[in-house]
Amino acid sequence: MNTSPHLLDEALGLMPGISNGGALSQGCIVLIEDSVETSGAFILHYIVKRALSLDSSGIVLFLALAHPFSHYERILRKLANNLSRLCELFPKMAELRQGARPVTEYFAEWKGCNLSVHREQKRFHLFDILQLEFPCESKKDSVEQGLVELYSKIQSAVEVISSRDHSRAHISILIDDLSILEIAAHGSMDHVLNFLHYCVTLTSEQNCSLVILNHEDIYPDIEGRRLLSHLVYLADFIIKAEPLATGIAADVHGQLTVLKKGTSNNGHYSADKASNFHFQVKEHGVDLFFPGSRC
Amino acid sequence: MAESICKSLRDGALEGEHSPALTIKDSLESLAGAHAFNYFLRSLAANVSTGKSQARGLVLVAFNQSPSSYLSLLNGKGLDASVLRKFLRILDCYSDPLGWKENILQSGGHDKPTLKESDNVCRDVKDVSKLLSLILELGKGFAGEGKTYFAVAIDSISTMLRYASLQLVAGFISNIRSQGQVSCMIWLLHTDLHEARSAAVLEYVSSIVASLEPMVQTTEGKRGSENLFCLGRNSQNGRFHVRLKRRNGRVKLLNEEFHMDQDGISFTALSSENVVVSQTRLPKLQFNLLLSEKERDDRARVVLPFEHQGMTLKPWLKIEHRLLTKNSSSSGSRGGESQHKKTCLDDRPHLAEVHFIRELSVCSWDSHRSDI
Repeated sequence: MNTSPHLLDEALGLMPGISNGGALSQGCIVLIEDSVETSGAFILHYIVKRALSLDSSGIVLFLALAHPFSHYERILRKLANNLSRLCELFPKMAELRQGARPVTEYFAEWKGCNLSVHREQKRFHLFDILQLEFPCESKKDSVEQGLVELYSKIQSAVEVISSRDHSRAHISILIDDLSILEIAAHGSMDHVLNFLHYCVTLTSEQNCSLVILNHEDIYPDIEGRRLLSHLVYLADFIIKAEPLATGIAADVHGQLTVLKKGTSNNGHYSADKASNFHFQVKEHGVDLFFPGSRC
Repeated sequence: MAESICKSLRDGALEGEHSPALTIKDSLESLAGAHAFNYFLRSLAANVSTGKSQARGLVLVAFNQSPSSYLSLLNGKGLDASVLRKFLRILDCYSDPLGWKENILQSGGHDKPTLKESDNVCRDVKDVSKLLSLILELGKGFAGEGKTYFAVAIDSISTMLRYASLQLVAGFISNIRSQGQVSCMIWLLHTDLHEARSAAVLEYVSSIVASLEPMVQTTEGKRGSENLFCLGRNSQNGRFHVRLKRRNGRVKLLNEEFHMDQDGISFTALSSENVVVSQTRLPKLQFNLLLSEKERDDRARVVLPFEHQGMTLKPWLKIEHRLLTKNSSSSGSRGGESQHKKTCLDDRPHLAEVHFIRELSVCSWDSHRSDI
């Protein structure tokens, strides 16, 4: 039985030593599509946790459109608070003897991901745009101006981080969630895509990664689904969280499908790879396992 | 066939004719369009750099990827930076397409621009006429004797269609094609991001349309994980369907197969297995639903208990079958099996004469055609 969250690490290329010690690979764009019956928010939380873990020196810029800071803090604090993570941290205790890191740091990680601490240490930047709204008068200009201002904040944050001493830190920009940004933009797909395009330029210019959460089942017609199609063309990884075809089960809450699109790098092409897992969301994390591997 | 496209782009335009234009179109069912675009871009760049093509320079309009990624793409295929500098100009519509970054800089009072002016950045892609003049300006910069031709590549016409209306984009393309100095044009189109008429308009203004299609069409309405798996599988290989329009109006249709391997995309002739699959639109199955040649022949020889399943002719055919059997047994041949029959029921004078035309079932009578 394989019930390791490392299945997701493997699918997203988050393996320590391969990537940035837990952060997403540089310049990659991840699209998470979920549905009403199966929320994909836990993937977002997991990516935040991995980016802020001790293995990684990552920095997170979080565009919180759906929930306040306290929500994320509460959830992240509970994540990783389990014995298996403590067992994983034991081998690193060797570093303790060499005085590399104080024991409190390891203990803090075992206890969970404390967003307030990461915020103080300027590793977690939250853009609290829960009440994001653009005035209705002269609609077109005000929406565009509002999005320019939002992008301006993100860009200056990225520039400040890049200019700091630890400029090698990998920056992840997370958007939770895009549909609310679309509502704020008065349903204008073009404005949302323009904003996203500018965020995408940060992935190539500053090597940031971009994670977008959006809902699959909120678009009634083909016209509405065009935004999703745009996002699929844009993304390097597409993650779909959906209910089981057979309905909900007590110990399986849904299935995840991860598609890694083929990429060309220095003239070499890496093929597409699709993976499928079942998951069970628990109080302190999520169990991922291959279909049929649980008795 | 991919070679014939490369050749057509290499040979360029005839004097007084519009330049050849290639539309590469893909969809979410087959996402390899960007790889195909890169393939033809590399081929064109190689021909331009070695002087084999009519064009002496290449203007690349980058909407979807940064100019540096294109430089590394072409560098990776043996074209070094000094050669690229001579014949390649990239119009950067990617870094700041709407001038947001410029506005942020100005409002922040910064002096240092993030992008140098020498980078050929377009900061208002919505202004199509300005875009056109920028392309033509870059194209005029190539050195050469006499009339210097140049090629134009647009990495995503779909992105351009997001910024400008269909009429403006179609006019923009026609305008470039009609310029005497433009040798050829290529662009990439993602068909499912637009209405069908947008794709049709762009196909009208192009002389070659290359579509990347899945080997097996995804079922309409297939959603979720199944769709994602299909998407992954269909990006690896599929059909490469090309429509070439000749100047005299003749249209040539060609089919090939594309594969993604370590070196990128490659094109091969359609394998016989896939020809059958693509004709029948059946998915690849573990068991065979199709008949072999021998099985088809055997099936044709089976004597059926009836000769026609049509609703109206059924009873007459039964009579005729009985008579034919009788006639053939007396004559010892099957000469009575002609398409037009006249049957006289001599032994039953009270019955009317029946004339009918017999419809032959194609599959069961193919083997007897020669007798008829």
